[in-house]
Amino acid sequence: MSKILIRGAKVLGGEPQDVLIDGEVIEAVGTGLSAEGAEVVEAAGKVLLPGLVDLHTHLREPGREDSETVLTGTRAAASGGYTAVFAMANTFPVADTAGVVEQVYRLGQEHGYCDVQPIGAVTVGLEGRKLAELGAMHESAAGVTVFSDDGKCVDDAVIMRRALEYVKAFGGVVAQHAQEPRLTEGAQMNEGIVSAELGLGGWPAVAEESIIARDVLLAEHVGSRVHICHLSTAGSVEIVRWAKSRGIAVTAEVTPHHLLLTDELVRTYNPVYKVNPPLRTERDVHALREALADGTIDIVATDHAPHPHEDKDCEWAAAAMGMVGLETALSVVQETMVDTGLLDWAGVADRMSVKPAQIGQATGHGRPVSAGEPANLTLVDTEYRGQVDPAGFASRSRNTPYQGRELPGRVTHTWLRGKATLVDGKLT
Amino acid sequence: MQRHLISAADLTRDDAVLILDTAEEMARVADRPIKKLPTLRGRTIVNLFFEDSTRTRISFEAAEKRLSADVINFTAKGSSVSKGESLKDTAQTLEAMGVDAVVIRHGASGAPYRLANSGWIDAAVINAGDGTHQHPTQALLDAFTMRRRLIGRDAGLGQDLSGKRITIVGDVLHSRVARSNVDLLHTLGAEVTLVAPPTLVPVGVGTWPCEVSYDLDSVLPKSDAVMMLRVQRERMNAAFFPTEREYSRRYGLDGERMAKMPGHAIVMHPGPMVRGMEITAEVADSDRCTVVEQVANGVSIRMAVLYLLLGGNEPAVTNARTNEEK
Ligand SMILES: [Zn+2]
Repeated sequence: MSKILIRGAKVLGGEPQDVLIDGEVIEAVGTGLSAEGAEVVEAAGKVLLPGLVDLHTHLREPGREDSETVLTGTRAAASGGYTAVFAMANTFPVADTAGVVEQVYRLGQEHGYCDVQPIGAVTVGLEGRKLAELGAMHESAAGVTVFSDDGKCVDDAVIMRRALEYVKAFGGVVAQHAQEPRLTEGAQMNEGIVSAELGLGGWPAVAEESIIARDVLLAEHVGSRVHICHLSTAGSVEIVRWAKSRGIAVTAEVTPHHLLLTDELVRTYNPVYKVNPPLRTERDVHALREALADGTIDIVATDHAPHPHEDKDCEWAAAAMGMVGLETALSVVQETMVDTGLLDWAGVADRMSVKPAQIGQATGHGRPVSAGEPANLTLVDTEYRGQVDPAGFASRSRNTPYQGRELPGRVTHTWLRGKATLVDGKLT
Repeated sequence: MQRHLISAADLTRDDAVLILDTAEEMARVADRPIKKLPTLRGRTIVNLFFEDSTRTRISFEAAEKRLSADVINFTAKGSSVSKGESLKDTAQTLEAMGVDAVVIRHGASGAPYRLANSGWIDAAVINAGDGTHQHPTQALLDAFTMRRRLIGRDAGLGQDLSGKRITIVGDVLHSRVARSNVDLLHTLGAEVTLVAPPTLVPVGVGTWPCEVSYDLDSVLPKSDAVMMLRVQRERMNAAFFPTEREYSRRYGLDGERMAKMPGHAIVMHPGPMVRGMEITAEVADSDRCTVVEQVANGVSIRMAVLYLLLGGNEPAVTNARTNEEK
């Protein structure tokens, strides 16, 4: 592989520097580096970040290839600046055995757009009753370290306790989709002022908060770490803040859409805004932004959830829950966190690359942009503003809530171990 | 007036009064030997019912036929509604048939809104009840009934319900009737109080333009109309209240409670009534109870709505009368 010189990029938003890639690694970072023998990428004015890492992606393969495949999903990831994604286990069949996680892992390797790290199910069939063979998935070629029944909550306190304890043997972590099932039967949207008017079944904040409260206490009791998926309420922020102050090993993620959108949008009854957990209120949005800024929430994770057109082109109650997010995540974070002054680009690198790589133990990702490190890099034109056009998505699905919305920032280049997966906004 | 009637909240005070006044004109037609107007001749209206409701469908059908519209009944109950595509597919089928209006009843809140706003169909959409969201023609017929009884048939023309105190009792949480009535009665200047066990009042009710009380007896003496909502027995299985008997004791309307209401006050019910649950037979059959009138008024209101949405600018009755007499 030849050399690449990224010239004059603002590394983590700092002073312009040159970054020289040789093969799979960063050879040098500095000013006035020689371009001899290297392909030059002019990056003046652009921001260079470590390749983004998504701890929460639904790639849908195996089983729902009509909405996404490992290939289309990893192309979407590369397009959004990601070099590693964690693929959720709610596939058909469920990723609850070594066989399924190895299949997904190998597909990611073959396609080469983005590292795919499968997440293993906590319980067999995501049914919440019997632990899946967590050790076997860890020991498989996929080397699973993150376990989640995402889409379903591990609501049985004993099963959750055992899972938290069990994965300590190999340094794993359980990622909880916090949703008390009885409190959310028939839930269609956030329970509050808007649901009362629209007559849609309410998904109360307490259904999330009560599970998080229980799980941080369980984690403390058994001395395990726990990760909270897509935290969505101001109350959840308070609980996680309290848990961290007590020294409990909890980490938490927030999705881009929960940083930007509110349940007021549901007044359109357009299912493109139907997502789980649901869009919350303005007050929640502000609490989430502040928590991401002060580190109470550790990371941004997309919960990229592709669905075919027909699953959204219907009445609200019949529609599937979820939004695609890989190709708009960084723009939404720029809009909500950077352009508002809450986070600088080094902070973005931390929340979207360094920390998610640490939580998921994604080796070689989320590393400093410095000599000797793997060349997993993302170059962003932060001056760009434009309307989101789903027709241009690499994802197989188009269920974005941002269609036609103007957002800042555009990923122009992505390198996975020195190999360009995205050049001038085009996939290789 | 807007092109569609999706929510009672979409109506201005003037829209609503116009509908009530037009309904009075329509009601006079019902008193004539020939109950038919040629107003919507040549227009096609589909009654698209995804949910069983013979009462509402018959009421719309009678209204449509009295306006001489061509009527198609499409009952989609039992088809794969849960899959979702059926609403869109059905809409496109109807569009291809060139229908002018769709009267839709659907179990999912927001389905009429989607039908009107998704580009699936060009016809006017009239919400005949969607999930636990809205039932605007029910609210209109209720307001019509109140205006007639509390102000008077002729005295009421051009009037709203300013200062009238309306109490709505029962399962507010699951009630599209309650939501529509709160919106419309507020627009018409009435003061609304909701009475229910706290479990059957939605979280978020605090922003509604009404009062909420848990004590029926304290509200009754200050009510000009008391509207009893249907309470399904099955709700007690989900712990909304302990037993049927306890519900009736605390929130049901019996003769003794009715006596606490002012002499002029009326008892209303959108039907079907669960006698012995929210209302005793004694109250249901008393002459203060307007249930039967509400049914008759429903036809007049639906004629008025269809006429105003589809009939254009020509006057309905005067013009029609001349035509008829020709
Ligand atoms: Zn989830």
